[in-house]
Amino acid sequence: MRRLNELGPGESATVVGVDDVTARDAIAGRLRDLGFVAGEPIQLVTRGPFGGEPLLVAIGGTRFALRVGEAARVRVESACRP
Amino acid sequence: MSKTAALRIALVGNPNSGKTALFNRLTGSRQKVANYAGVTVERKEGWFTGPSGRRVRVLDLPGTYSLEPTTPDEAVARDVCRGMHPDEARPDLLVCVVDATNLRLHLRFALEVRALGRPMIVALNMVDAARRRGIEVDADRLAIELGVPVVETVAIARDGAARLIAELDRHPLPEPSDVATPTDLHAEVRRLLATTVTTRAGAPALDAALDRWLLHPWLGWLVLAATMFLVFQAVFSWAAPLQEALDALVGRLGDWIAATLPEGRLASLLVDGVLAGAGTVLTFLPQILLLFLFILALEESGYLPRAAFLLDRVMTAAGLTGRSFIPLLSSFACAIPGIMATRTIQDPRDRLVTILVAPLMTCSARLPVYALLIAAFIPRRQLAFGIELQGLVLFALYVAGIASALAVSAIAKRWRRRAQPSMLLMELPSYRLPHPRDLAIGLWDRASLFVRRVGGVIVAMTVLLWFLASFPAPPPGATEPAIHHSAAGWLGRALEPLVAPLGFDWKIAIALVPGLAAREVAVAALGTVYALSGDAAAVESSLVGIVAGEWSLATGLSLLVFYVYAPMCLSTLAVIRRETGGWRHVIVAAGYLFALAYLASLLTFQLASRLE
Repeated sequence: MRRLNELGPGESATVVGVDDVTARDAIAGRLRDLGFVAGEPIQLVTRGPFGGEPLLVAIGGTRFALRVGEAARVRVESACRP
Repeated sequence: MSKTAALRIALVGNPNSGKTALFNRLTGSRQKVANYAGVTVERKEGWFTGPSGRRVRVLDLPGTYSLEPTTPDEAVARDVCRGMHPDEARPDLLVCVVDATNLRLHLRFALEVRALGRPMIVALNMVDAARRRGIEVDADRLAIELGVPVVETVAIARDGAARLIAELDRHPLPEPSDVATPTDLHAEVRRLLATTVTTRAGAPALDAALDRWLLHPWLGWLVLAATMFLVFQAVFSWAAPLQEALDALVGRLGDWIAATLPEGRLASLLVDGVLAGAGTVLTFLPQILLLFLFILALEESGYLPRAAFLLDRVMTAAGLTGRSFIPLLSSFACAIPGIMATRTIQDPRDRLVTILVAPLMTCSARLPVYALLIAAFIPRRQLAFGIELQGLVLFALYVAGIASALAVSAIAKRWRRRAQPSMLLMELPSYRLPHPRDLAIGLWDRASLFVRRVGGVIVAMTVLLWFLASFPAPPPGATEPAIHHSAAGWLGRALEPLVAPLGFDWKIAIALVPGLAAREVAVAALGTVYALSGDAAAVESSLVGIVAGEWSLATGLSLLVFYVYAPMCLSTLAVIRRETGGWRHVIVAAGYLFALAYLASLLTFQLASRLE
């Protein structure tokens, strides 16, 4: 299982789920509200200029900027299945 | 009859749904912007009259991703939608604005709103842009599936809100939807999209192409630097002729009052008190309006979140966030709009640190002080590569402000552990061409807010300081300038032992007292202390000679450094109180800034006087 922050620039994948890091994790909850839910196709478009942060992510026609810690909550699997 | 009672509606929707543009389209200039009590959330209300004569009051609620709030803005939107906000009557009808090009995200929120069981209309906004991209939404089918009316709108087109107005004008109001909302909203959205949306090949979205350049690791920085340079040029050069014209106008008005009224206390109060204060506000207005206009245009176009994207890493390293960029940029013109702009920072801790360091940015009110002292003490000398020494010193003062702000925020980061990890999670909306109407309304809102908030404080302070500097009157036959005998003079002499280690004498201390109101007032106050008369320009040019002759270089440098840090601006402190909702952070800000100013000046004076 990979995490969203482990994708390479331009790589596409499918969301598996969002993990809660803390109890009542507000960031995880918001990610799910924004559409980071199982089965959704997702692409890591590019990374920020310093230290590869933030990440620019395209999901369902919307683009979001995520910090690494936020992206690490998102479990993904490779888009192209064997 | 319901025709006479106004219909109360609220616009709700995701950020970037074009909700505010639709609000502007519906209500035009019939708007009122205020604040919700106790929180820094803007309350925007407007009204219009429908074709049947029905009056409609429209509330523009803050953009919201979810009714599960993470910010004060979202909490207000949720409370009003549920009819649970203490200061707001429950709206008769909710208009949920959804962007037709971004239905996957926006329909989920519409379903959340529908689940509240309130009368509701869905405004399917930006259908024109959707069509261009080949997205065709079957509004009638969507209305049946949702169980609420769905009307197409194009907020930027002339008749773009006609269908919405017709729907709002109908009697009776639509009933709440009787369709049950399933628990898995995302699955329901997918089902709705599958049944109501058809996509064919259309013009591709510009976003991907533009982002490739604007977020490019180094080209993106080049564009950002060029944009900032343009904004600075505009704020400092283009506004100058306007400012000079306004300054001359205020001066002429003063001359006219002085010539018309009999010489005495009243004329002096009007010219040196009221007019000086109002003139200060007025002459800064061109700069601030230009700055607001640029920021609005950048905001509406969708570029600002990109700037925050590029800067986030650098600014988090310094204990700030990418979103701090705009408030700090604004603070170069004036800290007041800068501090007001921190409302866009969601994280309370990040917002507070940004507010606390904003006064360290070199605002334009420091320039008259810097200009005077640089002209008096720094020789005009060409260094290598065409660099001029005076300009270099001015640049160094700017850098000192920025470096200090970064250092202070980095220390604040260690000092205060955050209660929860800070969140970026920022949508980068589609690029859009800003609409002149929305720019004009936005500019008017911000400018009037600024004048109301700041104008009053500055005028009140200059009037108060006029009294302090004029009373008690000097005894007959006194040889010292009148200010020597006044309350301000007394204060200045009382302060002298405190500021002597910084190299300041009682005359400088006196000037610092009225200079508390606004930084540039210190120049005029020094003029008064040195018993000069005449208009501000004449004071400035002859003051240079006096200052250069009377003060040592160490004193001049020390005062320059003092002005880098000292919070010599009561309006800024007043805005901090307003935006943080209490005196605590005012005391923190004033305390650390004065302490920094004192230490830095002490160090400068002691070092410089030993080296001299």
